Amino acid sequence: MAKELKLMKGNEAIARAMIASGTDGYFGYPITPQSEVMETLMAEKPWETTGMVVLQAESELASINMVYGGAATGKKVATSSSSPGISLMQEGLTYLAGAEIPCVIMNAMRGGPGLGTIQPAQSDYFQSVKGGGHGDYQLYTIAPSSVQEMYDFVFDAWDIAFKYRNPVLILTDGAIGQCMEKCYTRDYIPRWTEEERRQHAPWGTWGKPATRSHNIITSLELESSRQEVFNQKLQAKYREMEEKEVRFEALNCEDADYIFVAYGTSARICMKSMELARAKGLKVGLLRLITLYPFPKKQIAELAKKVKGMLCVEMSAGQMIEDVKLAANCSIPIEHYGRFGGIIPSPEEVLEAMEKEIIK
Amino acid sequence: MANLDIVKPENLVYTKTKVLTDNVMHYCPGCGHGTAHRIIAEVIDEMGIQDKTIGVSPVGCSVLAYNYFDVDFQEAAHGRAPAVATAIKRLNPDCFVFTYQGDGDLAAIGTAETLHAANRGENITMVFINNGIYGMTGGQMAPTTLVGMKSATTPYGRRVDLNGYPLRITELLATLPGTYYVTRQSVHTPGNVRKAKAAIRKAFENQKLNKGLSFVEICSSCNSGWKMTPVQANKWMEENMFPNYPLGDIKVDGKLCENITAERLVLDHPLTVVNK
Repeated sequence: MAKELKLMKGNEAIARAMIASGTDGYFGYPITPQSEVMETLMAEKPWETTGMVVLQAESELASINMVYGGAATGKKVATSSSSPGISLMQEGLTYLAGAEIPCVIMNAMRGGPGLGTIQPAQSDYFQSVKGGGHGDYQLYTIAPSSVQEMYDFVFDAWDIAFKYRNPVLILTDGAIGQCMEKCYTRDYIPRWTEEERRQHAPWGTWGKPATRSHNIITSLELESSRQEVFNQKLQAKYREMEEKEVRFEALNCEDADYIFVAYGTSARICMKSMELARAKGLKVGLLRLITLYPFPKKQIAELAKKVKGMLCVEMSAGQMIEDVKLAANCSIPIEHYGRFGGIIPSPEEVLEAMEKEIIK
Repeated sequence: MANLDIVKPENLVYTKTKVLTDNVMHYCPGCGHGTAHRIIAEVIDEMGIQDKTIGVSPVGCSVLAYNYFDVDFQEAAHGRAPAVATAIKRLNPDCFVFTYQGDGDLAAIGTAETLHAANRGENITMVFINNGIYGMTGGQMAPTTLVGMKSATTPYGRRVDLNGYPLRITELLATLPGTYYVTRQSVHTPGNVRKAKAAIRKAFENQKLNKGLSFVEICSSCNSGWKMTPVQANKWMEENMFPNYPLGDIKVDGKLCENITAERLVLDHPLTVVNK
């Protein structure tokens, strides 16, 4: 498919980008508000065009373990879900991280806890960047704030996943998954040939030829001294990501006295709040986080030296703010403004919070 | 003639298959895992599919199976091997994919994955080692623990009113249209080893047909978990396990065998056993 401009839902963009980016397999389980990902794939029938495998699993437990099995053969395998389903996948995610298997997972967050609501939320930040599953591990976590980014980040996710042999989490929410926007599609990247697969994944379980010893995919190491060495290797990989792979967008931050810090849907709202503030003569900027892990610590520390205060806007009770405060070393006033349980704040109330809590 | 004179390639009648590594197995003496590994490895060798076979090991005693098979291997989370194998096979349809799982892994925590892989008719081979107990974690009750059987978590014997019935998942799977071959074997005598190997061979050959899942249960002893000598354990298995878990084919080429009656499938009055 050639490049074109189309109107589509965020979830649809994820599905179309998977096909276009040469994804080999998708395994999923329906859950609102992201079921359009699998629905789009099933309607598109990519197995007849690119050869991509699409399968509806019996549960999120099964789908994440199908990702494990398929991705461990060195193929590009992805899944998607929403908060309660992602909770079920945490076991699989820590195994994927522990076995260093590249793969892509999309979470269209909805309000919790428990079954919660099917409306958008951003209350899985802790789960996404602080572990979620057991053990010391990190998922490369990238947060789109538009349908276009939903599409583009799938391509970026494959690059990162295979560069670092690490799972990549595209962390979005029900609003971006469900909203329709224009989106530029890209030329198809063909799925890897057998030779390319072996070249990109020499560690993969694709059948042991006589020329190499057998490849083993496992996260088990009963000898603690070797497990510690392995964990040190993982940590070194995470430090390298922190050094090289931080992404963010600084809007009107050069002359700003005050800034919003936000990602995803909240960042979109803050863009409007910032416009309203500027119209009132308030020098307000926005630091839009794109990667949540690695977190833009240095950039926040630098900004904290220049501005008088920051307002963290999240559709949660206040999760990302902890990392912002740590990065800024609490050197300036930093407050949280959030709505949750599926409520999306208005630009006006966000600006009001900035004026009340930070500008005063 | 000195003994060394007969050590010549042309006189060789048996050798360890190259599909097993030289790593020393960690299994207890008397355990069936070593034999089960060997016959699977021999089948892979004889079929000439070492370069196309991908194995999936479980959590349990055989978690380290990948150290012994010289083929590409994945270690799955507890119970998830059928889901893992599903994707391996779907994405690599030319490969031979097998899971190797115990009763806790396959029939308790992984019941959903087992049932749905079978029901989808995944074109894989599942090898199920049933020893009626959680061997690795120290002999706790498994879904397959017999009524009356003592274990670390049923110290006074399994009670139906408290713990429910032993789960005969092999019979259950045979009722699903997605299974093409379902059999129960053992490896406790040379004759049974030969039958079990033939069953494994059939289960692997079936993957060439693409007609559904092949399932081989190997009813095995756990002498250390059962707190018996290997000889006692084999005898106890014959006397107590086999009446509850009868050996033989249940479904062949997609059809239930003639001797498999409704009563045989259901066995609604499990026999009560007594062990130490």
